[in-house]
Amino acid sequence: MEIPYTVKPRPDTGLINSKIGIWLFLASEVMLFGALFSSYIILRIGSESWPEGSSYLSVPIGTFNTLVLISSSITMVMAWASLKLKNFKKFQIYMGLTILLGLVFLGVKSFEYYGKFSHHHYPKESVFFAIYFTMTGLHALHVICGMVVNAYFWGPGSKMWQTNPEQFTNRVETSGLFWHFVDLVWIFLFPVLYLL
Amino acid sequence: MSDHNHEKLGFWRKYIFSTDHKVIGLQYGITGSFFLFFGFCLMMLMRWQLAYPGQPLPFVGNLLGESNMPMGYMLPEFYNALGAMHGTIMVFLAIVPLIFGAFGNYIVPLQIGAPDMAFPKLNAISYWCYLLGGVVMVASFWAPGGAANSGWTSYAPLSVTATIGQTYWLFGMVLLITSSLLGSVNFITTVVQLRAEGMTWFRLPFFVWAQLVTAFLLLLAFPPLEAAGVLQLMDRLAGTSFFMPSGLVVGGEALGISGGGSPLLWQHLFWFLAHPEVYVLILPALGIVTEIIANNTRKPLYGYKIMIYSILFLGFLSFIVWAHHMYLTGMGTTVSTFFQTTTLIISIPSVVIITTLFITLWGGSIRFNTPMLFALGFLPMFGIGGLTGLPLAFNATDIPLHDTYYVIGHFHYVVAPGTIFALFAGVYYWFPKITGRHMSEVLGKTHFWASILFMNGIFMPMFIQGMAGVSRRLYDGGATYELAQGVLHWNEFMSISAWLLALAQIPFLINLFWSPFKGKKANDNPWEATTLEWSTPTPPPHGNFLEAPKVYRGPYEYSVPGSSKDYSPQSQKEI
Repeated sequence: MEIPYTVKPRPDTGLINSKIGIWLFLASEVMLFGALFSSYIILRIGSESWPEGSSYLSVPIGTFNTLVLISSSITMVMAWASLKLKNFKKFQIYMGLTILLGLVFLGVKSFEYYGKFSHHHYPKESVFFAIYFTMTGLHALHVICGMVVNAYFWGPGSKMWQTNPEQFTNRVETSGLFWHFVDLVWIFLFPVLYLL
Repeated sequence: MSDHNHEKLGFWRKYIFSTDHKVIGLQYGITGSFFLFFGFCLMMLMRWQLAYPGQPLPFVGNLLGESNMPMGYMLPEFYNALGAMHGTIMVFLAIVPLIFGAFGNYIVPLQIGAPDMAFPKLNAISYWCYLLGGVVMVASFWAPGGAANSGWTSYAPLSVTATIGQTYWLFGMVLLITSSLLGSVNFITTVVQLRAEGMTWFRLPFFVWAQLVTAFLLLLAFPPLEAAGVLQLMDRLAGTSFFMPSGLVVGGEALGISGGGSPLLWQHLFWFLAHPEVYVLILPALGIVTEIIANNTRKPLYGYKIMIYSILFLGFLSFIVWAHHMYLTGMGTTVSTFFQTTTLIISIPSVVIITTLFITLWGGSIRFNTPMLFALGFLPMFGIGGLTGLPLAFNATDIPLHDTYYVIGHFHYVVAPGTIFALFAGVYYWFPKITGRHMSEVLGKTHFWASILFMNGIFMPMFIQGMAGVSRRLYDGGATYELAQGVLHWNEFMSISAWLLALAQIPFLINLFWSPFKGKKANDNPWEATTLEWSTPTPPPHGNFLEAPKVYRGPYEYSVPGSSKDYSPQSQKEI
């Protein structure tokens, strides 16, 4: 028994199963982060005096991290495009860069967290810090998940390139879609938390 | 090659860690039935305290521990935990896994002519997430301070300051939500991608449509509750104040928190899930009932397309009615008016679906077998549940009825004699396909008549009590309240009905365990049905169909003029 349309798209929908699956999953992720952003809006509108918050955060560091994550999205696309061009060596380089940039992002984020903790800014200090730590923490968790998947395709998972290159390319595209989504969430988080 | 491998699978791979949608469906079914029974037992305990407040429960009471029922007397905290856990377990661990996880998993791939779900491993993972979530929930009964006791709605700030059982509840919910999300992604992908050749959208059985809309509700409504769960976990574990207002005083002491949060925010996030959740409970039930009614009236479904448009509209609208649970929170008349309007509009598609089912009955030569009896019982019971919801939809009439037993009666009419009857109907209907044998009609009919009698015995008096103003959350069932004195005698009546309802399930249990071995043998299509699941071997093998099925016609072509028999299966080419 074989599940159809795992590699070749179904003619009338023009899609493979995993592509629909990941888009549906991302739709649910939009609702997850949408609920958190809505909570932020409701809390901020409802509060009599919004606690001092964004002035504690460093805009240059945040901007740097935004650039890091955007670059990693570019290398992610390049990794997938290299597979499309049947260039496995280039795929390894670009995928490696993507993972590395993810690590840089997490490193900078930990540095920021460390700075807050060492100045005794904890989530319980105010609603602002509660939102800041919860949302960036949940986002970091998504970054880690994306990196684990990417690392698998860079390492042991890449053996599939020898046996079924088409499916391997599809898998990288799928994890790429997730990675871009994680990037996109940060692009919303950065102005909301650092600039407003 | 792969087929040979499946023949050789060992016990563990075949029955425990299987990726076959039918085995996973049965796993959901067995686990869900256990939780259904467990949730029912919690309710039977509560009914003792309501019928005989302050009296020790003989035998069982002594077994439940000194911290819950010392000397057999039920403590108020334990009563609250029973209430909260009854709701949680019945909704999230029993009904959804049974109606969506079990029936959806087993039947949907068969009805669309697919070999399995689109992502078989993901399917297994979502079952194991569900089981783990269930274990965490049940384990919370042994936590210090007992299980979650802030109601199944877990309103803040009460839930934030509650005992550790609430943390178990939150972790359990995160696991259950993950399970539902993975399941719904799988269901939608399966229906979109794996339909057999010729199975166009308007040839899908109504049951598949119902499951598809349900999957979308789960996919999009559950994440906000996951977000809410994360925020409440932060409030409980990291001391944040998402749901905690400034200046909160508990037990005469100011809490050492920053404040600035909003208790209303929790209610919005919770009901944004929990209202669509009601439709998650009822839509697949409507699907099951529709299949059975079409089959047993031996005529085409009246208004098949109208039903599909109605259910799509219903699914969409269910996302913008949630705040009708919150009229009393002071969120403002403008907001209330909006939600009152949407709530009344959503009753239209529900009525359309029920009406088309009634019209389908008109002029049919009805076969009154057990599944049909349960399906027919569903219609008026769901009707009572729906109609009693109208006074709750109106802002003005909701105010005296809010949080009374009237609400409990309304909701249970939808879910207990509604959805659970549909579940029973489904079990009796698909049992011959799953096991190759019929269930006993005599035992089945006994089960039906006793169940419908005692179900009404439990829930009908709740309307009377509710209209007298008895609150749903009273530890003594209203014994110490002046306003409840006139309707207090109903408590004992309802409790005895509940215990008798438990006895009424004995014929069903005997039937369920006896029939797979001794029941009357069934052929591949014992009900002479048209949909694809009946054109598989019995029980369907791994991979379901012997050869890829082709579909030539709509799902309910019964009594087609000019045909030699009164049913034309979807996979049959000539009339």
